[in-house]
Amino acid sequence: MTSVTTDPAQDPRMSGASKPPSLFDGGLQGFLRRKEVRAVLYQILAVTVLFAAFAWMGNNVVINLKALGKDFSYEFLGQASNYDINQRPIEYDSQSTHGRAMLIGIINTGLVAFVGIIFASVIGLLVAIARLSPNWLLSRLAYAFTEFVRNVPVLLHILLVYGVVITVLPNQREGEEPFTLFDRVILSNRGLFIPKPEMHQGAGYLFIAFLAACALAYLWRRYAKVRQEQEGKTLPVLLPSLGLIILLPFLMWLTSPDSLTFSIPEQGRFNVKHGLRLLPEFFALTLALAIYTSAFIAEVIRAGILSVSKGQKEAAGALGFSRLYALRLIILPQALRVAIPPITNQYLNLTKNSSLAIAIGYQDIVGTIGGITLNQTGREMECMILVLLLYLSFSLFISFLMNIYNRSIALVER
Amino acid sequence: MADTTAHKDEEQAPITERIPAVGWVWKNLFSTPLNTVLTLFSLWLIWKVGFSFVDWAFLKGVLFADSRVACREISPHGACWGIISERFDIFVYGRYPHEHRWRVNLSFILLIVALAPVLWETMPFRKRGLLFTVAYPFIAGWLLAGGLFGLDPVNTRNFSGFMLTLVIGVTGISLSLPIGVALALARRSSMPVLRIIAVVFIEFIRGVPLITLLFIASVLLAYFLPPGTDFDLIIRVLIMVTLFASAYMAEVIRGGFQALPRGQYEAAEALGLSYWKSLQKIYLPQVLRISIPGIVNSFIGLYKDTTLVIIIGLLDPLGIGRSLLSDAKWAGLAAEMYLFVALFYFISCFAMSRYSLYLERKLEREQAAEQN
Repeated sequence: MTSVTTDPAQDPRMSGASKPPSLFDGGLQGFLRRKEVRAVLYQILAVTVLFAAFAWMGNNVVINLKALGKDFSYEFLGQASNYDINQRPIEYDSQSTHGRAMLIGIINTGLVAFVGIIFASVIGLLVAIARLSPNWLLSRLAYAFTEFVRNVPVLLHILLVYGVVITVLPNQREGEEPFTLFDRVILSNRGLFIPKPEMHQGAGYLFIAFLAACALAYLWRRYAKVRQEQEGKTLPVLLPSLGLIILLPFLMWLTSPDSLTFSIPEQGRFNVKHGLRLLPEFFALTLALAIYTSAFIAEVIRAGILSVSKGQKEAAGALGFSRLYALRLIILPQALRVAIPPITNQYLNLTKNSSLAIAIGYQDIVGTIGGITLNQTGREMECMILVLLLYLSFSLFISFLMNIYNRSIALVER
Repeated sequence: MADTTAHKDEEQAPITERIPAVGWVWKNLFSTPLNTVLTLFSLWLIWKVGFSFVDWAFLKGVLFADSRVACREISPHGACWGIISERFDIFVYGRYPHEHRWRVNLSFILLIVALAPVLWETMPFRKRGLLFTVAYPFIAGWLLAGGLFGLDPVNTRNFSGFMLTLVIGVTGISLSLPIGVALALARRSSMPVLRIIAVVFIEFIRGVPLITLLFIASVLLAYFLPPGTDFDLIIRVLIMVTLFASAYMAEVIRGGFQALPRGQYEAAEALGLSYWKSLQKIYLPQVLRISIPGIVNSFIGLYKDTTLVIIIGLLDPLGIGRSLLSDAKWAGLAAEMYLFVALFYFISCFAMSRYSLYLERKLEREQAAEQN
């Protein structure tokens, strides 16, 4: 930028009119000073440095592995794991492979994330509404809740809730009676035992019935919308859809009850047999994560609701909407539009924080493949790469779903 | 007669209008049936949780005692705060050698000195104070680790307790800020290669939990370095925490760049300023100012995340507390210990979040004033 040339032809930036500018106007110095040339040079430099760093690290890895007499292979995934997992949603024993152990870890992480996200959203919404309530006491309570929960580390929440859960649930070893529900569900400090669905021949038809019910519910929703636009009449959508989705597979099941049976937990002398066992660690972790995340979600939703202009609320009132309807049909849809991106972040945080399961011994991805498998096989590199990839895929998957949802509620502008 | 009617009118005015406090209570707590139910529910909750807590913690609690047994002798069903009052120094200094504790104290005091010019905007000699702030992490590092200029070296394995939280927090925030700015610039750059590198780095770090990065620090990092290089766990953890925090910081700063009015960019270009000049004189001062609340928030996140180091065996206050519980003298006092540590984090994080809120409000006022 130093050249103060009077002749435009000398200046590379101004010579456009007479002849096409060449990169080499102004000799080597001018060449190096041009923006696009510099950009290319910087990028070449960056790539070189990056490659050099990776090559150096890769080389170190090769040397280090050789010195330890290790190679890089994923064969161990097919070998017997020789360890037990305390919560197994699918068939597993110590003779199963490391790969299967990892699969259980993935399911366990997914379970915590899924249940945790649902609870966090519900609690968060309730707290946000409580916080905005005209009732002074309730709104102060909600405020105290969010501030306390947000400002205490999540690990501490997990340990605290775990301690509470373990003390509150009846201790079977000390002869306390477990809670039961219709003799089908048993709850004690050994965990929650629920009937476990077992699929047999013909279960595919149930699945098809479920899909068909979903499709029908979707069609019904569209039809209701069309009717509403034409006649202004509101047809019920939620209940018929739910009914359809439950009823259709149920009818299908009645026709062939053998296709899906339930293994029902039985209180034995020392142990509960059969059924699906969910550990107290699972509740503690899910509850702690849900509470922690709900405080953040509550703040986000509150900000979203406050961002909806007052006129919208007044207009809803003028049109004769009740407060509940105004909230559901006018305020929340607009508030969510603002709130969805930060809520997505909170869902991602919850999923990532579920890795703290290791602090209370719940075996998720970090506990299985990144924990016992890693220690038994000594394959740190392979296991950690898998763990990172799995969490990345979880993150990407949740972002993907939330992006679809976000697009579906985004403002469609003309 | 006229007198009595006036008197009657006054009497007939609802009590809610005659006594303001009653009016407030009526309007805010009992205006509708639903409101009344909610109030009663809240009162019940406060009674149920609040009272039993106060009873346990304060009315029946024991503040000073030298073991759990001694506590129980004084009050069998109350809290035993002896675990905190007796071992408070352990929570602060951890296993830092006794004779060198003055160094930790000095670095706490210097931290206050270093923070003063940041928090107090009209401080005399603020510019020079800020120079000290920039130098503080290095001074504190030297003070705590020693080994140079005549200070005895202290093995970093002894870094624990609150001072460890502080070491990780201060390092994380002071290093992640410049790296975060660089990453944000790279992500906004028009050079595709730099942009891609920044995006991949930021999204990768943000996509994985901190705990996996800490695991990498403890089991894997040695593989990537020449054989025989051995540097201690604290440094490895600091590297990972810094990288983690910088990715989040980069997004905060990028948000700041996006919030900057377009006119600022056009003005910088119109003035013919070079990239670095405009960055230094126009963009960064404004972007950093806009981003301060976000920066403080991500610092709160980092500060809370420091507790995760207990999973790879370092002892922060939570880790210290857990190790105290394995001492037979204090076993069984988990509730007291967890509550104390929770209170400790709550106070520091709440203070920071209030500060960030104050800054946000101030920024809004300033922007409103500029527009007028």
